[in-house]
Amino acid sequence: MQTFGWPEAYFILRAASWTLALTAIAFFIGSIIGGIFAIMRLSRVKALRRFAAGYILVIQSIPVLMVLFMSYYGLSAIGIELPPFFAASASLSIYVSAYLAEIWRGSIESVPRQQWEASASLALTTTQQYRYIILPQAIRISLPPTVGFLVQLVKNTSIVQVVGFVDLMRAGMLVNNATYQAFQIFTLVGAIYFAICFPLSRLSRHLEKVMNASRSH
Amino acid sequence: MLFQDVISRWPMILNGVMLTILLSFVAIGLGLVLATLMTALRSLAGSWAGYIVDAYVELMRNTPFLVQLFMIFFGLPQIGIRMNGLEASLLAMTLNLAAYATEIIRAGVDSIHKSQVEAGMALAMTKRQVLQYVILQPAFARVWPALSSQFVLMMLASSICSFVSVQELSGTAAIIEQDTFRSFETYIIVTIIYLVLALSLKLFLNWLGRKLFPQVSGLARLTEAHGEAA
Repeated sequence: MQTFGWPEAYFILRAASWTLALTAIAFFIGSIIGGIFAIMRLSRVKALRRFAAGYILVIQSIPVLMVLFMSYYGLSAIGIELPPFFAASASLSIYVSAYLAEIWRGSIESVPRQQWEASASLALTTTQQYRYIILPQAIRISLPPTVGFLVQLVKNTSIVQVVGFVDLMRAGMLVNNATYQAFQIFTLVGAIYFAICFPLSRLSRHLEKVMNASRSH
Repeated sequence: MLFQDVISRWPMILNGVMLTILLSFVAIGLGLVLATLMTALRSLAGSWAGYIVDAYVELMRNTPFLVQLFMIFFGLPQIGIRMNGLEASLLAMTLNLAAYATEIIRAGVDSIHKSQVEAGMALAMTKRQVLQYVILQPAFARVWPALSSQFVLMMLASSICSFVSVQELSGTAAIIEQDTFRSFETYIIVTIIYLVLALSLKLFLNWLGRKLFPQVSGLARLTEAHGEAA
């Protein structure tokens, strides 16, 4: 029987780069969709507002696992066979978009109303208001919770292994199936996740402190 | 689309729903008790206890639930602690929720100003009364919304327990899918059930919050009437 040694540990460590890649892609695509939904959620058009609110509520109220299965099996039901990496990226992007939309909506709303009024009185269009006045402030406010959410995303990438994509988690399971040394293997896997997530958590907390300090001046 | 193959298996689905609800409520109950104890330990015992609680909270919050579950289900038997999938799931969910709840409750307790405690003692309240009425009750009332959303997230995360062959809702879905080959139909129905469960739990927790902490909603009404942002 194979035992858990350096080659296996190296295999797991290398798979961690896929976890990072998946996180980056899901965050990139999810933040574009999420940004659009955040602005729709605050639109003057009632139908857009309702639609965005409904989307956010539904995605936040179902398990990520179901989003994954729906995009994996749903697409294959209508004849599109996605490779596991694409199914994983697509479902995680949808998950990310709903949570970021909600975080960013809150950040945009927490920019004081007078900023809107002042910029409107300078005859700026809505696009200009967002571009020059509101977003620069909202982005600052949104940084700590956004980085905090990134931690949730990294952790949630661990479930996409169920569609066969070899990420950090899957690599650990494969080595476990060959060696049956679960305790050592999942300690290593957990330690790698921790090494990715803990600095992000600290960064989020640090940003929050810096922002609070600058706001109380 | 053929939904009847899936819908005809409703007794199985109902069992899965019941198990998901059971898992969630037991984990929420036990996790909340554990979290309160850890918060108390953190503030009452020496700093070493605080460090241990902090380390535990950081460890649980910065590793995936799935890794924690596998560590308990596959890892612990290696050092002689053996349990079935259901027990492992309950333990993992409780430990995970306790860490998040500790962090949330701690924020609530920190938000209670020291002068409140002094005021309580000046009114000749006993230590227990101060702890219950001045610290814990207002702290819980303040963080109840955050706790509620954490509970809903835990209920949704219970779907991950299907990976250690627990027949809760998503575990049941996997079996129905293998029986019928109706993957898409199965997961649409199960997703809708999760949606209903999450929204019901949210409504229930809001109602419970109003029941448990009525004085706070009164305070909120008062500040609203005076036109102040809460």
